[in-house]
Amino acid sequence: MFRKTPLAWLQVTREKTRLAVAIAGIAFADILIFVQLGFRDALFDSAIKPHLSLHTDLVLINPQFETFAAVKSFKRDRLYQTQGFAGVESVTSLHIDIGRWRNPTNRTTRGILIFGIDPGSITFNLPDVNQNLHQIQMFNHALFDQSSRPEYGDIALIFKKESTLETELNKRNIQVSGVFTLGTSFTADGNVIVSDSTFMNLFPERKPDEIDVGLINLKPGADIKQVQSMLKAALPDDVKVLTLAEFAEIEKAYWANATPIGFIFAFGAIIGFIVGLIIVYQILYSDVSDHLAEYATLKAMGYSDGYLVGVLIQEALLLAILGFMPGIILANGMYSLAQSATLLPIAMTTDRAVFVLGLTIVMCTGSGAIALRKLQSADPADIF
Amino acid sequence: MQTLDSPATEPVISVKNLNHYFGKGSLKKQVLFDINLDINPGEIVIMTGPSGSGKTTLLTMLGGLRSAQDGSLKILGQEIRSASTNKLTKLRKQIGYIFQAHNLMTFLTAKQNVRMSLELHKEMLNQNMDALSIAMLEAVGLGDRANYYPENLSGGQKQRVAIARALVSHPKIVLADEPTAALDKKSGRDVVEVMQRLAQEQGCTILLVTHDNRILDIADRIIYMEDGRLVTNLADQTIPQG
Repeated sequence: MFRKTPLAWLQVTREKTRLAVAIAGIAFADILIFVQLGFRDALFDSAIKPHLSLHTDLVLINPQFETFAAVKSFKRDRLYQTQGFAGVESVTSLHIDIGRWRNPTNRTTRGILIFGIDPGSITFNLPDVNQNLHQIQMFNHALFDQSSRPEYGDIALIFKKESTLETELNKRNIQVSGVFTLGTSFTADGNVIVSDSTFMNLFPERKPDEIDVGLINLKPGADIKQVQSMLKAALPDDVKVLTLAEFAEIEKAYWANATPIGFIFAFGAIIGFIVGLIIVYQILYSDVSDHLAEYATLKAMGYSDGYLVGVLIQEALLLAILGFMPGIILANGMYSLAQSATLLPIAMTTDRAVFVLGLTIVMCTGSGAIALRKLQSADPADIF
Repeated sequence: MQTLDSPATEPVISVKNLNHYFGKGSLKKQVLFDINLDINPGEIVIMTGPSGSGKTTLLTMLGGLRSAQDGSLKILGQEIRSASTNKLTKLRKQIGYIFQAHNLMTFLTAKQNVRMSLELHKEMLNQNMDALSIAMLEAVGLGDRANYYPENLSGGQKQRVAIARALVSHPKIVLADEPTAALDKKSGRDVVEVMQRLAQEQGCTILLVTHDNRILDIADRIIYMEDGRLVTNLADQTIPQG
């Protein structure tokens, strides 16, 4: 095979301008796809960051629970029930809701995500929260997420300067007694952590015997999957037992499927794919049209249809790879640019690179397949 | 079934009672009528006649580019009426084609164009195909143009590359359709003389369709086609020499 003239390569590289246009087009399509998928993944990652920060092995929730933005509660007794099972070390509960935070400087209010935790146990894997648990044991004291949007006020700065700060949360006085870092997401422009009793004070309509998320920590060496299936079998249908990853997946699925966000980014990626498809099709189609007599000549000389199809597919693959390389390099640049502008965690992942390379190959061979129809019209009997 | 090693006296092209039609149903039109033609090894045959007389149609059928419908058509001892696509493709490898337009690959150099013809033959793949291609280009007087792209060659040079491509793998039959139509008198003359010389060296058969009276003298035999019928042995009497 290697002794044969690399027809596809020679044809693709002969016309430098056309090649440059093709590479630019494919690279552009790839960048579009990379940026859309990158933003989508970054937003999903930020949405599940609180989930993954939870210090727990298994999670108990209401089966209708979909997102932190609209929680569904269940009876606290269900969580206590799990303590009777082998492998369960300790349990703790989490309350979540959205309240109104008043900016202490300009007095405007804004929705903020409030976590109500038991200050006597570890709820988050966040050192700056766990070190300050004693601070929120006091009634109406709160920890404030310093990566919240600036619209909530310069809380961290004021707190550091004056080491105390008072403002309103749900029209009740609240004392900021510490800061931590979690990050913003679709759900929340900011986060606040309070004790569960403070939480009940902020939301008087909440029933004290209901919780939003039950955290179950297992004994060292206990098999998570095994305990999970045991609990699933034992507990009634009014609660779900999930691993942390499954819990995060529910939140992700909510944003991907139940909101327009997943669609918008998928749509952007599909547009990129179609743009690439059309560009490669144009290139291959005009290649075939321009060389139709030559292809017919090859057929007349005794080259089979299969050979010519092979040449076209090789051309498509060459274009895919030549276009992908500048595409991924430029997309990396776009990621660092976007990351510094939005503070979202956008980075290239191997999975995404492989996925987009696969898409590029599908895109190019797909265009090649459409251009093949033109190739079929190369009839050697017509060239005499 | 005869093999390719048929005796020298066996015609390389044998056409018997060949009819051909274009179109279907009420639009069906007969374009070839009862063609009978034998061409022997080493013969140079020129086919001439007015436009639309069916010359090119016959040529494409002889080259395995169009399948025969009615009658018998044997090329190199093989019946190709109702032959499969695969069989036709194989047959084409044993025939050299020279077209009115040179039909060279514009993205290949002269040498690579000639090479494409060699690569069709498995036994050539372990030989020095570049050297063979250059030798063939030297034989048509273009040894110094081996690495030129077609766009940098004159019309006559391109046609000579096409001849080198057609002859490099030593086909038993060369089919040429108006090879000199796009060339001036001198280039046209050069081209057919190269064809004639190489054909004699390789002992191959040439069937050449032309309107060009200036080149009729290279033929061993001239056949004349009119309205889809062959009229033979008109050579010296009716057609003025160019």
